Amino acid sequence: MLREDSALSDRVLSIDTSGVYYRDLNKMLREGVAKGAREFVLRGVTGQRYIGTGLVERVSIKIFGTPGNDLGAFMDGPSIEVFGNAQDGLGNTMNSGKIVVHGNAGDLLGMAMRGGKIFVKGDAGCRSAIHMKEYRDMRPTVVIGGTARDFFAEYMAGGEVVLLGLTLPPGVRHSCAFMGTGMHGGRIYIRGAIDPSKLGKGVIIQELSEPDWETVKARVAEFAAYFDMDAGAILSAPFVKLCPASTRPYGVLYAGRN
Amino acid sequence: MRQCSFDVHAYDEEDDAIVSADDRCVGCQRCATYCPTGAITIRLSERDFRLNANWRPEHLMDIKRQAETGGVILTGMGNDKPYRIYWDHLLLNASQVTNPSIDPLREPMELRTFLGAKPDRLRFADGRLLTELAPQVRLEMPILFSAMSYGAITYNAQLALMQAAEECGTLCNTGEGGWPRDFRRFGKNVIVQCASGRFGVDFDYLNQAAVVEIKIGQGAKPGIGGHLPGEKVTPLVAETRMIPVGTDALSPAPQHDIYSIEDLSTLIYALKEATNYEKPVSVKIAAVHNAPAIASGIARAGADIIAIDGVRGGTGAAPKVIRDNVGIPIELALAAVDRRLRREGIRNRVSLVAAGGFRSSADVIKAIALGADAVYIGTAALVAMGCTLCQQCYTGKCAWGITSADPVLAKRLNPDIATRRLVNLVKAWSLEIKEMLGGMGINAIESVRGNRLHLRGVGLEEWELETLGVRGAG
Ligand code: SF4
Ligand code: SF4
Repeated sequence: MLREDSALSDRVLSIDTSGVYYRDLNKMLREGVAKGAREFVLRGVTGQRYIGTGLVERVSIKIFGTPGNDLGAFMDGPSIEVFGNAQDGLGNTMNSGKIVVHGNAGDLLGMAMRGGKIFVKGDAGCRSAIHMKEYRDMRPTVVIGGTARDFFAEYMAGGEVVLLGLTLPPGVRHSCAFMGTGMHGGRIYIRGAIDPSKLGKGVIIQELSEPDWETVKARVAEFAAYFDMDAGAILSAPFVKLCPASTRPYGVLYAGRN
Repeated sequence: MRQCSFDVHAYDEEDDAIVSADDRCVGCQRCATYCPTGAITIRLSERDFRLNANWRPEHLMDIKRQAETGGVILTGMGNDKPYRIYWDHLLLNASQVTNPSIDPLREPMELRTFLGAKPDRLRFADGRLLTELAPQVRLEMPILFSAMSYGAITYNAQLALMQAAEECGTLCNTGEGGWPRDFRRFGKNVIVQCASGRFGVDFDYLNQAAVVEIKIGQGAKPGIGGHLPGEKVTPLVAETRMIPVGTDALSPAPQHDIYSIEDLSTLIYALKEATNYEKPVSVKIAAVHNAPAIASGIARAGADIIAIDGVRGGTGAAPKVIRDNVGIPIELALAAVDRRLRREGIRNRVSLVAAGGFRSSADVIKAIALGADAVYIGTAALVAMGCTLCQQCYTGKCAWGITSADPVLAKRLNPDIATRRLVNLVKAWSLEIKEMLGGMGINAIESVRGNRLHLRGVGLEEWELETLGVRGAG
């Protein structure tokens, strides 16, 4: 059901999505992949949900406009680049692939993400990067150029999230409350000042170790490359690391046998 | 002596006698069952506290233990408190004179059930169906095995459930703890769960299964999350859940992407997109006070199946105070949900699956008469495999190899024998349901579904009859 204004040339499929229902759009993408398209250019995107969901091939999708909720949810492979802002649920329970957003993201970015990478140039909403996990060589990465809102990186169980604070005015601290509550794995790196009273219960601030620095440098370099920024300048400011005070925050709540 | 996994028995060399630490005994009956000479009897022995109808021994023991530890008291299996069991106050009808009963041995009896959204109306043209049907799954009988995660139950126990589901032509639910790769071959008979921990949820997991279920809550612990301690995260559990070996596996209380019906709808359609609209999506909730309104929201959010788990639903581990005090009986919740959806004219949009303490085929058919399309059984399935309801599942010491964390204990369950016993149970219940249907003069389970005229209440108050939508007997 490819529309007539969709042009498939050199395995690049360009779709004018204005007025296309999300279900139809995603079907077009699936059908396009089945027909051999490797790259999609979606223009005029206005809130269509679930773009990239259910795609497992390593195709690339360029999105112009504003994609809707759950962009790349349950995604396993594609690379998405958004020229605009992303909404809620970006990369929800994503398994592999990459999402680059030239703008801000809504709530729940990277929720329960298990693999792949997300780079956001601007800020992220509430509950970003919560309950990320890792397994063997699957290590999810989230880099947020600006700041995030409350409940940032709660229940962190694996992978890494880097918060750069580039959108904060000089002298202003990250203001997200309950950062890292329930953290029991993974790594949270933050550039810029944070208010210790805003940390979640059981989370402590630490200096970065040498391997931490290597990770941060690599992630920042990749971030800077996508958005044409100066990695050196970003890295020249101090970073801190958030860690769980105990690796078993939930281990001591229970009495023995009944 | 070696049969006991709770260290009750010891051999005293000096006296050449077996001594038992009676207070450690949980009454699992393993030793008595396996004693070659039948010499062991397990008797209930309460501590000799002075009798007190208010301060019962359970309260005293719990207070003392909490005074020692300062912790939450854990327990396993379902609520054991004497709340009214409505199944025991509902009686079935049978035919006498005016319409003949049917002999199930002679006449075909239809138990086949399809789960999934049904259309509001069907449109035909030239004898062909024009209406696009939502995906359906076929069950040979209206009985499914409830969610029990690998890690909470043993590998062999889950294997037995999957094999039995395949043989019976029904479904078995993986629970939220992932789905071992070796078991993906049972996909046609498997419901996978997507819960707050999202353990093991990936493209293959969603697409290999027959149904995807969003777990919001469970009857034994409505409103709270779960936590599998790191010690239980063995290499295979780690692989199944996709987390590192030895780390705590945490299921937050809510799914943090669901704070409203609209959010739920977003996740339902995300799962439909991820499975190309080929699979019914179920939403499981615990039976709570506002269940009818919530169920209406779930149906409107696009779910194909709603599973409701009552206050007597089992669990591998839950805080005792929650298990025993939170939620409502499935009978009342089911009747209220079914009525609400009918009144709103959306009952056809979802199938209803009831869960939470179904003990017999009679409970199942009564649930169907109260509006269920099918019933989940968990505890009954475990009992079929050998469980004696000792409620120690959370200790990992199950003497029957069902919920044991210790690999030596886990070997005690022979998966093929357990499969046979499960299949026998489901077959036996199916036969009994056919007998009851025949007695009512009905030859298809469909005719009982939601048909409360087949039920009469005894010993119930006016408000209870009203909630159930059932008339008093006589
Ligand atoms: S705990 Fe079980 S095996 Fe041990 S003595 Fe009691 S009944 Fe026997
Ligand atoms: S599964 Fe095992 S531990 Fe749990 S109640 Fe049954 S016999 Fe006891």
